[in-house]
Amino acid sequence: MNGSHATGSPYAPHTDDERAAMLEAVDVDTVDDLFDIPADVRFDDEFGIDARTERETRRLVRSILGRNDDLTELLGRGHYGYYVPSLVDHLADRSEFLTSYTQYQPEVSQGFLQALFEYQSLLVELTGLEVANCSMYDAATALGEAATLAERVRSTSGHRVLVPDLLLEGRHSTLENYVAGTDLEVETYPTDDANADLDALADAVDDDVVMVYAENPTVRGTVEEGLERVGDLAHGADALFVLGSDPVALSLLQRPADVGADVVVGDASVLGLPTSYGMGLGLFACREDYLRQVPGRLVGVSEDATDRRAYTLTLQTREQHIRRERATSNICTNQAWVALRTAMHAAYLGPDGMVDLAKRGVTRAEALADRLDDIVGVTAPVHDRHHVREFVARVDQPAKAVVSDLEKRGFAVHVVGEHEVQVCVAGVPDERIDPFVDAFTEVAR
Amino acid sequence: MTDDTRTNVDDVEEQRVRYDQARYVEDGQYEPLLSEKDQTTVEIGDSDESPLPDDLTRDSLELPGLSEPELARHYTRLSQMIYGIDSGPYPLGSCTMKYNPKFTEDVAALPKAAVHPDRSETSVQGSLDLMYRLQDYLGRIGGMDAVTLQPPAGAAGEFVGIRVAAAYHEHNGEDHRDEVIVPESAHGTNFATAALGGYDVVSLPSDEGGRVDLEALEAALSENTAALMLTNPNTLGLFERDISEIAEMVHDVGGLLYYDGANLNALLGRARPGDMGFDVMHYNVHKTFATPHGGGGPGAGPVGVVDELAPFLPAPRVRETEDDSETASSEPTYELFDPDHTIGKVHGYQGNWLVLVKAFAYIARLGDEGLLDASAKAVLNANYLASQISYDVPYEPFYHEFVASAGDQDAADVAKRMLDYGVHPPTTKWPEIVPEALMTEPTEVESKKTLDRLAAAFDAVAEEDDETLEAAPERTTARRIDQTSAARSPRLSWHELADDE
Repeated sequence: MNGSHATGSPYAPHTDDERAAMLEAVDVDTVDDLFDIPADVRFDDEFGIDARTERETRRLVRSILGRNDDLTELLGRGHYGYYVPSLVDHLADRSEFLTSYTQYQPEVSQGFLQALFEYQSLLVELTGLEVANCSMYDAATALGEAATLAERVRSTSGHRVLVPDLLLEGRHSTLENYVAGTDLEVETYPTDDANADLDALADAVDDDVVMVYAENPTVRGTVEEGLERVGDLAHGADALFVLGSDPVALSLLQRPADVGADVVVGDASVLGLPTSYGMGLGLFACREDYLRQVPGRLVGVSEDATDRRAYTLTLQTREQHIRRERATSNICTNQAWVALRTAMHAAYLGPDGMVDLAKRGVTRAEALADRLDDIVGVTAPVHDRHHVREFVARVDQPAKAVVSDLEKRGFAVHVVGEHEVQVCVAGVPDERIDPFVDAFTEVAR
Repeated sequence: MTDDTRTNVDDVEEQRVRYDQARYVEDGQYEPLLSEKDQTTVEIGDSDESPLPDDLTRDSLELPGLSEPELARHYTRLSQMIYGIDSGPYPLGSCTMKYNPKFTEDVAALPKAAVHPDRSETSVQGSLDLMYRLQDYLGRIGGMDAVTLQPPAGAAGEFVGIRVAAAYHEHNGEDHRDEVIVPESAHGTNFATAALGGYDVVSLPSDEGGRVDLEALEAALSENTAALMLTNPNTLGLFERDISEIAEMVHDVGGLLYYDGANLNALLGRARPGDMGFDVMHYNVHKTFATPHGGGGPGAGPVGVVDELAPFLPAPRVRETEDDSETASSEPTYELFDPDHTIGKVHGYQGNWLVLVKAFAYIARLGDEGLLDASAKAVLNANYLASQISYDVPYEPFYHEFVASAGDQDAADVAKRMLDYGVHPPTTKWPEIVPEALMTEPTEVESKKTLDRLAAAFDAVAEEDDETLEAAPERTTARRIDQTSAARSPRLSWHELADDE
């Protein structure tokens, strides 16, 4: 009977007769005879987890998650809630996409391989770099992988990795863990009005630097204006210039290849995933020179026995299942299905839609900053820069109190300083902007 | 070979299942690339409408611009050129390709699950509650005292384990420990993870029976041992019967014992890593707890540890709020906290949240009886399937998977030929201790009838000649793909196809 626990697991379909026949075939009396677990490590107790029907389980999860408050999120800082079109859910949920695994048998996996190849191509177009892999876990781990790549490819010795002092704590800390087993050391360089302080960076760079990291837009939503200079400084020290960004920002902002970026990392799931409590998709692209040092999986083109174009995972000798301790990374399971969703979302938008989405991030953020700036006790934006999708505002009241009061009125924004909040417009419906400004006006007094 | 040539495949399949994978051909391609359907260039730099100065923007963007109906067909066709668990049996050894219950997609898609990670803790009590409960479930299932959900995959879980071990040793003033021991037959990720963590990898040979060689282990262990990474049952499917002694030996030299959770499905409800003496373990929720593999991921690799290691786990973790100012009858509340000696973070936020929701739902659905039955039938299925095939299985008694040998045949060719019989082949050529290995893990979800069909596919291929095997597959979307040319002249984006085709 489908869905019942009559036979144990509702997803193990054996009838009693089948089980008996199978036990006979393997010549044992009971299933327990197949387990030669020594008595001293055998588990004879119970977990104490009650089995439930499908309906009860759905109700349970709905009730638990029901404790999450409904808030209009004006939140960003690395994780964005752009609207994801229905096409993405319905097609990505086709079970061939969902229930297949890594394409070890490419002849029966052409569809997924092609989708990943198209994802790689999207990133190549956005970054201008020749090589993009088909996913890392998230922006933080992609940054960590970039650092270990920098250590591997550089011809001269060195150990310093420079990152902006405003780098998100989650990215900084993850990077620290990735380099803990190497000789690399992470140091910060100062920022000036949220962007890289180029003079300070110039002072910090020396021959011992292997990598300089900058983001565009910055974590505070400003457009980085000194990228070419950052690239020049890095290259002057024979270091890699690693740039953090995302597919929406890259649709409008300077092309990484044009500012000298050697590696681009970031969160690609700004397209394809709604807010998912931080679940992401690590974007990783680099110059062709580093092809043999790339972490993660790569899909390439070949031909099959009928001379038709076919896709396959390639250059696998870089990977852990073949190269073991000399692999370029330990990654195996990646975020392929999220990459599929990102590729679908980008295809849905097309180039016009992507550029338009990025532009609206600029105009809507500026417009909202202007409106908040009109409120007594609020200055916005704090930084005298161009902004993409988010900005920092100064509030006379303590930021924590402002944010907490906003939450009571149904809105979530970031606290980023004692008197600073950060506001993001990505994915926020137009009709929620007026109520937000009204609420902000009330709480900022 | 053309379709009107009668083959062994026809003879077998006409009695059973006839299989042909969908194959479209359009403009000489199985399915043209998006870029072959359209390329539209949007100019940005010189447009009056640009909200940014030209020197801060790119010049143009060239991508396909297609309608929604065209895209729906494109992706539907692509999906039809993929073999998944819902297409048929998928006994890929070490990967635990079990059925992914549909309802778990529905719970992960609940609007309430779509929250931003920077929300205040008080406003996401539901997410924290679910994480707390999942930590609790996993702790009970693995016999571990504390669990972090942050690692986004099994290899990331291994990395947490290795970093926790490093922090623990350093905390005890023992940072001279620079070696991690890994059995020769272990998953490649174990070696790569230990190396990423900065350790020297000491490779451990198996004994004649395919298990840990205790003498070799004794020789490998020293005051420099940071940890031993072990899978149990191991990659041959064998239970490491000496596990208590192994644990004692590792602990005697001050090392930690790490459990690679890839094969936990074999032991659910029957034995727990914590009871075997393991100090730290990861769970592969996309294997053991049935979350979809998604063409390669996402998975999740939570890590469990014994009490002594809990202070080193990644930050933040979830705990029940001690503050009892609210009435006793109200629901418990939860908060995030940083463990005292935390290693910090291994993911920007809390890992693959949506995968964790699905894993929680799966465990809550199965309960004790379902989990116990999963291990029973996973092991029964492997043993039954092995008993029905003609290939030799040199190492036993095995649990949830077995490694057969293709003998004189090339295991990779055997796999290609199995595709023609409408089944997914096993993992091939690994572990290397078995010549021409066919590492087979049917999982608990296959019925006797499906296993019989799978056995028929094995046996049909076993009888075929090398020429037939080398010409396979013939009924799949793509025929045999040339791997060498793909690697020799890598073409990794559609930008590289324009000229040479």
